[in-house]
Amino acid sequence: MNTWSWGYVGDILPDLLKGLWITVQATLYGSLVSFALGLVWALALRSPSRRLTWPVSIVVEFIRNTPLLVQLFFLFFVLPGWGLTFPPLATGVIGLGLHYSTFTAEVYRAGIDGVPAGQWEAATALSLPRRRTWSAVILPQAFRRVVPVLGNYVIAMFKDTPMLAAITVGDMLFQANSISAATFDYMEPITVVGVLFIVISYPTSLLLRALERRLVR
Amino acid sequence: MTGALWELFFQGVWITVQLMVYSAALAAAVAFGIGMARTSRFWIVRFLSGTYMEIFRGTSALVLMFWLFFALPLLGWQLAGVWAGTLALGLSYGAYGSEVVRGALQAVAPAQREAAIALSFSPWQRMRKVILPQAVPEMLPPFNNLLIELLKCTALASLLSIGELTFQAKLARLSTGQSAQVYGIILVLYFVIAFAVTRIMRLLERRAKASVGRAPEPSAGRLFRKPSAAGREALTTGGGRP
Amino acid sequence: MSADPNLPEETANPAVDGTELIRFDHVTKRFGAHTVLDSLDFTVSSGKHVTLIGPSGSGKTTILRLLMTLLTPDEGTIKVGGDYLTHEEKGGRLVPAGEKHTREVRKNIGMVFQQFNLFPNMKVLRNITEAPVHVLGLGKEAAEERARGLLDLVGLTDHVDKYPTQLSGGQQQRVAIARALAMRPQVLLLDEVTSALDPELVAGVLDVLRDIAHTTDITMLCVTHEMNFARDISDDVLMFDAGRVIESGTPEKIFTEPEHERTREFLSAVL
Repeated sequence: MNTWSWGYVGDILPDLLKGLWITVQATLYGSLVSFALGLVWALALRSPSRRLTWPVSIVVEFIRNTPLLVQLFFLFFVLPGWGLTFPPLATGVIGLGLHYSTFTAEVYRAGIDGVPAGQWEAATALSLPRRRTWSAVILPQAFRRVVPVLGNYVIAMFKDTPMLAAITVGDMLFQANSISAATFDYMEPITVVGVLFIVISYPTSLLLRALERRLVR
Repeated sequence: MTGALWELFFQGVWITVQLMVYSAALAAAVAFGIGMARTSRFWIVRFLSGTYMEIFRGTSALVLMFWLFFALPLLGWQLAGVWAGTLALGLSYGAYGSEVVRGALQAVAPAQREAAIALSFSPWQRMRKVILPQAVPEMLPPFNNLLIELLKCTALASLLSIGELTFQAKLARLSTGQSAQVYGIILVLYFVIAFAVTRIMRLLERRAKASVGRAPEPSAGRLFRKPSAAGREALTTGGGRP
Repeated sequence: MSADPNLPEETANPAVDGTELIRFDHVTKRFGAHTVLDSLDFTVSSGKHVTLIGPSGSGKTTILRLLMTLLTPDEGTIKVGGDYLTHEEKGGRLVPAGEKHTREVRKNIGMVFQQFNLFPNMKVLRNITEAPVHVLGLGKEAAEERARGLLDLVGLTDHVDKYPTQLSGGQQQRVAIARALAMRPQVLLLDEVTSALDPELVAGVLDVLRDIAHTTDITMLCVTHEMNFARDISDDVLMFDAGRVIESGTPEKIFTEPEHERTREFLSAVL
C-alpha cells in the first residue's frame, strides 16, 4: 500500500501539462473540423435530391453508430497503406472531427427546423429573396439554439481525447502512461489526469449553461 | 479472411455484448438511484447525488477505466479487467442516465402528483404507481441513445486487453497485416449490433407507450435514432437542450 | 340515508345533523408578496353543500388546495372532523403535522380537479380501484365491485377497460368523480370541475354531481362558475373577495337579495 506523494505530483506535473496542451489542441482543431464538416452534411441532407441524401445519410449513420476508437485505428493503420501519411495528432484531429461532425450535423438540422414555420411564411410574404431569408431571418434564430449545444459537444470531445493516446498522440493520458510505465506508480499520474478533466470540463459546462440562458430566451 | 479469424471476431462480439449488457444493468441501477435522489425533498440528498453526477460526467470514461484498473490495485483492490471496464462504463453512463431519469420524472405533470396526494397515496406509492409508469416511456428514446454510446465505449476495454471485438481485431491485424479489411469488418459488426439494439429499444418503447394508453409516435421512416434526443445531450456536461 | 345503493353509505358520518366538520381559524396564505387569504375564518357543517363564489384570484381554489394539503397555510389552523389538518398536538403544543398525521386526516377528503388528472398509465377501472386497494387496504374484488357501482352511477359502465386518453373530457371527469367517491370521503372538494370541458359536455357532469348532492350526505365544497348549478345544489353560498368571506347565506338570499355591493357587481357580471 503506497501513500500519496505530493512531491511526486510536483515532479510529473510539467509533463502532464505538456500533455494537456496537446489535448487542448486536439479538441480545438477537432471542433473546427466537426463544425465545418457537420455543416456540409446538414446542407447535403437538406438537398431535394435523394441521390445525394441517401448515400450521405448512410455514411453519417455509419460513422455515428460505430466506435471512435476503432475509427481512429482505421485511420491510423489504413491510411498510410493508401499513401496518406499524417502525424498522429493530425490523424487524431481528423478522427475526432469526422466522428463529431455526424453529431453537429444533427445539431444544425434541429436548429434550422426549430425556427417556426411562420418565420419562413413571413419572409415569403415580404418577398425576401432566398439568400436574405437565410442570412437575416433563419440563421440568426437558429444560431441561438445551436451554439450552446455545439459547446456541449466540444466538452464531450474533450473527454474523448484520451483515446488518441491509443494511436500514440502525446496527450495527458499518454504522458501519464509513459510516466507510470517508468516508475511503476500509477496512482498519482492517473488521478491527476482525472482531476484535471473535471477541473476543466465542469467550469466550462457552467459557463455554457450561463451562455445558454442568455441566448435561448 | 479465414474461418479462424471469423471465429475470433464472433468471440469478440460475444464479449462486447456481455460487456454492454453488464455495464448497462449497472448504469440503469445507478441512473434510477441517482436520478430519483436528485428530485429528493432533502437538500443534502440532492447535493450528494448532484456531486456524483457532475464528477462522473465531468471526467473521461477512459481515464476512469485506467484509474480503476491501474491505480485502484495500489489501494489494495485488484479488479479483473472486465470488472474495471464494466464498473467504469456503468458508473459513467449511470451519471449520464441519471439526468435522463431526473428530466423525465420532472416532466410528469405536477397535477398527477396532486391527484395522487388527493387519493392519500404515500410518497413511495406516488413514485411507483403514478410518476414512474408515466416517466419511463419518456426515458426510453434517450436511453437508446445512451446505450449505443455505451456500446461504442466498450471498445475502450480493448486497451485493458479484454478480449472484446476491438481487441480481437488488433490480434487479427497483427497476424494477417490486413488492417483495412480487419477494421472495416469490425466497424460493420459494431454497426449491426447498434442497429439491433435500436430495433429492440423501439419495440420496448412501443410497448411502454401502449401501456400508458398512447399511440407510439410515427418513426418518420428514420433508419436509426435521433441523436439530438436528450440522451446524447446528457452525455455532454452542459446537458443543454436544443 | 342514501337512496342509491351504489353510493357510499359510510359518508353517513355520525354527525349529519349539522355539527361542525371543517373549521378555518385565522388562515392566511401568501404567494410571495401577494396575500391570497387574509386571516380567514369559516366553518362548514357536516352534510352541507357549500359553494364558494367570487371573482377569480379571490382565493377560492386556494381554500380547496389547503384542505387537500396541496398547500400549507402560512398562519392559522384548519380542522377537519375535530382533528387538526396541518398541525398536530404534541406535548400540549401545536406543531406542523408530520407526513403520517397528514395522511391519516387526508383520507377523509376527496377532490375532483379542473383538469381531471386521471392517471394515464392506468385503465379506467384501475384508476378507481388503485387507492382503495393500496391506501385503504380494501380487497381487490371488493374495490372492483365498488368501482363498477360508481361507474354505473356516473353512466360509464361500458368504458371500464379503456385508457383515460380514449375518453372525452366529460367522460374523464365523470371517472374522476367516481375515483374520488371510491375512497368514501367525508368531504368532497370540487374545483371548477366543468371549466375545462366543452360546453356540450358540461350538463352530463353536472347531472351526476346533482344526483350525488341530492341523494347523499357527503359534505361538498364546491368552487364553480355555474351559478345555476350552485343555486340548485347548495345549502350555503359563500361570497369571497380579496381573501375574505364578505357575505354568506342560502342561495335564495345570495342570488336574489345580496346585501353587499361587491356581491351584486359580481353576480351581475356572471349571471
